[in-house]
Parts: sequence; C-alpha cells; structure tokens
Amino acid sequence: MPAESPAATPSLTDRFSHGLDAPICLTWELTYACNLACVHCLSSSGRRDPRELSPEEARAVVDELHDMQVFYVNIGGGEPMIRPDFFDLIGYAVDRGVGVKFSTNGTMLTPERARRLAGMDYVDVQISLDGTDADVNDAVRGPGSYSAARRAMDNLAAAEFGQFKISVVVTRQNVSQLDAFRALADSYGAQLRLTRLRPSGRGADTWDELHPTQAQQRELYRWLLDHPDTLTGDSFFHLSALGESLPGLNLCGAGRVVCLIDPVGDVYACPFVLHEQFRAGSVRDPGGFASVWRESELFTELREPQSAGACASCGSYDACQGGCMASKFFTGLPLDGPDPECVHGHGEAALAALGERLEPVMVPHPGSGHSKTGRRPTGREPVFVTLGRRA
Amino acid sequence: MSFQPARPYEKHPKVAIRRESFGGLAYHYGNRRLTFLKAPPLVELVEALGGFASAAEAIDAHVPAGRRAAYERALAGLLDSEVIRAR
Repeated sequence: MPAESPAATPSLTDRFSHGLDAPICLTWELTYACNLACVHCLSSSGRRDPRELSPEEARAVVDELHDMQVFYVNIGGGEPMIRPDFFDLIGYAVDRGVGVKFSTNGTMLTPERARRLAGMDYVDVQISLDGTDADVNDAVRGPGSYSAARRAMDNLAAAEFGQFKISVVVTRQNVSQLDAFRALADSYGAQLRLTRLRPSGRGADTWDELHPTQAQQRELYRWLLDHPDTLTGDSFFHLSALGESLPGLNLCGAGRVVCLIDPVGDVYACPFVLHEQFRAGSVRDPGGFASVWRESELFTELREPQSAGACASCGSYDACQGGCMASKFFTGLPLDGPDPECVHGHGEAALAALGERLEPVMVPHPGSGHSKTGRRPTGREPVFVTLGRRA
Repeated sequence: MSFQPARPYEKHPKVAIRRESFGGLAYHYGNRRLTFLKAPPLVELVEALGGFASAAEAIDAHVPAGRRAAYERALAGLLDSEVIRAR
C-alpha cells in the first residue's frame, strides 16, 4: 500500500496499532456451509449454522459498513456462493459503495454466473487453489477441487470478467510451485495471491504436516522480494525478520486495522482466531458492528501497547513484531513470544520446550466447528505432555 | 503528465476519502488502491482542490506557508496514484 508524504509523526504503523475509526480490511464470512472440506479450513466449515444472519440482517451489516466508510469487504465462508441471497447481497453492497472481494472454491461459478459477475462493478473474485496440479491441490482441498477451480477460471475468462485472482495458501507441498502458479495466473491475465497457512480451524490438525520448513520459508521470502507485485494480504510479515522488509504493513492488524464478522454475526479480532478468547462481540449487539469495533473490551486491549516479551532482546523484533497472534495461540505459545515459524528458530525452540514440560500443557483448540464429520484425531486437544515433542 | 502547481486539479471522481486521526484513507474504486493521506490538512486540500483555479492557490488557502514544498510533493504522488486528476 503506497503511503504519501508529508510524513506525520508518529509513524503510520504506530497509528495503526492504536486502531482506526473503522477497519481498513474487513473479512466477512457469509456462511459455514461448504461443499468442500479443505484440511486447512480456517473456519472449520462444512455445515450451515441455523443462526446465520438472515438476508435482512446481512443487508443491515452492509448499511453499517457504508456508514463507517468501509470501502471494501473481503467475503468468504464456507463457500459464500452457496447462500441463496449471494448475488442480491453483493449487488446491494456494491450499490452502497462497499466494494466486494470474494473468495470461492469455484465449484458454483458456472458460465452464467461468471457472466453475471462480469457485469458488476467493484466485484473482485478470488479462486482458491492450493496446487498447480490435481495431486497437490486435491490432497488439501479434496477430490475434483482442482478441475472445478480451473473450470471456474475458464468460465471467468470466457465471460471476459477481467483480472481475477488466484489465491494460494502456501504449504510445504506447493512452495516449489510458486513459479508455476505465477505462470498459471499469467496465462489467464490473473493476479497471484499468496497467503500464509495458519494453525486455525481444521488447520490446527494439519499444520504440522503442511507448514513450510525453515528452508522453504527463506525460499518463499526471496521469491516474494523478486515478485513484489504478488498480492499477500500482508500475511508474511514474520519473514521480514530475514532482512529487507516485505512490501505492505508489517504488523499484526488484529482488532486494529482488520477484523472478522462470522456467519452468525460474531466479530473476531482477525480471520484466523475464531475462538471465544478473541470474540469481541456481535453485530446483533445493541450498538451493532460499529460499537464492537470502537468500544469492545477486547479491541481496546489489543490497541494498547503490546509487550515484546521473550522477543524483546531480539534484533529482528522491529521487523517482524513477534509475528502472528493466531499462529502462536493455536500452537500453545504465549502471545508475547516468538511466532512458531520464527525465521530465527525461536518458535521451534519454544514449541520444543513446551513439549518437554512435565506439567499439563493446554493447547487451545479451535474445535471441530461446523465440520461435517468429526475432525481428524491428531492429538492437538488439551493433553498431558511428558517427554519429546508436542503430542 | 507530471504535476504542475499552476494547473487545476480535482479529487478523482472514483475516489472516496475517510477521515482518520492521522489524516485519511483514500480509496480508488477503479484501480482498487488504498492510499494513506498522512496529515489532516492534506485531506482538506484534496477535497478542496476542485474549487480552485490552480493547485498553488488551493495550497495557499489550506497549508501553512513553510510547508508548501512538502504538500506539492504529496499532490504529485497523489496524481500518480490517481487520487487526484487534472481538470
């Protein structure tokens, strides 16, 4: 994001860490219903929640976003296109000056719907894809999901939608495909968007197997520096500790510049912490979303100066700000310590130390959420840890 | 064309500005770019540009004399990112 002189003091990063009158970037998950069951789903989506916002309530949220001058909203889910009022709602948002970027698995993006989207102003589409071939992609997103996503891209191209985005969660299995993702995006005239895998939702159960290795993180960092036009949602700021800062805001924006509205209207500090501890309120509360954003206890607390804790003595703290709150929380690490993927290895050391403690270690679990079947038992629930690595 | 203080400009019609304590956020609905306006007078200046015969006159009206050069540079940057446009 470009910043303009004249420079004001204190720095913008300082200003942002104290919060804004309204979020810069708001994620709104429209439904927990999904026809896929990706193993890293942040929101453990699958089944619709009967308490989800009605079409009228959803429109009222748009009205609030309009009044707060939230310029655009990132819509996701679940699979947002499953909602029967999906097109009505995004049309309503756009008409009210709230631009829409929505993420979809593409399964419902038929030629007819692609044409409909192509006819709308201020709507951006992100097709999720986690591998440049069916083997790598479908291992994470499920059988048939690769060809469905490609079909959706073909449909958007045929409808002359313009520049859509291909959105990739970087994993140990696909990090070697960055150039191939780029080539695929180029072949459609699309933009490539890479985001960080979080141990959130069902990702808590699969993070150990999927998160990039230290060597891969360095490879990714160099690749991002070489391809500065790649969209990242500023999600890799923990890599800035490797040297030169990556473009974008290098800070955790949770409750300060970003937040999440979930399908039932609950407001969380960011899209990666769907957990009671980070729930600030609900759009159904008397003051609506605006008062949750401006007055909730949790967000007020997050906007206070944060302790660097165990990272205080590290020379990279200014660059990485201790990394991602959600990644720490769901791996059981203290919030004022290193990120589990700290590029200096402090996170791995902290995780190992956690595993060596003799007393019980409580690792918060996001729960199975709205998954259609029981989650995979991998032992990240609260456990008694004795020796060796984490259970 | 590069920014020239003697010429008239205006806020781009596709740009909306949200005021914040540090200045404001400008969002361009066409190119989807978000730009930070890092001082409250810059927000006033951008909003008022269209009512003046030249950028220089708008600056005279909204900016302390000693800060003129900084604000000209800021407007030049805002022209590049299409927050303002020539008229």
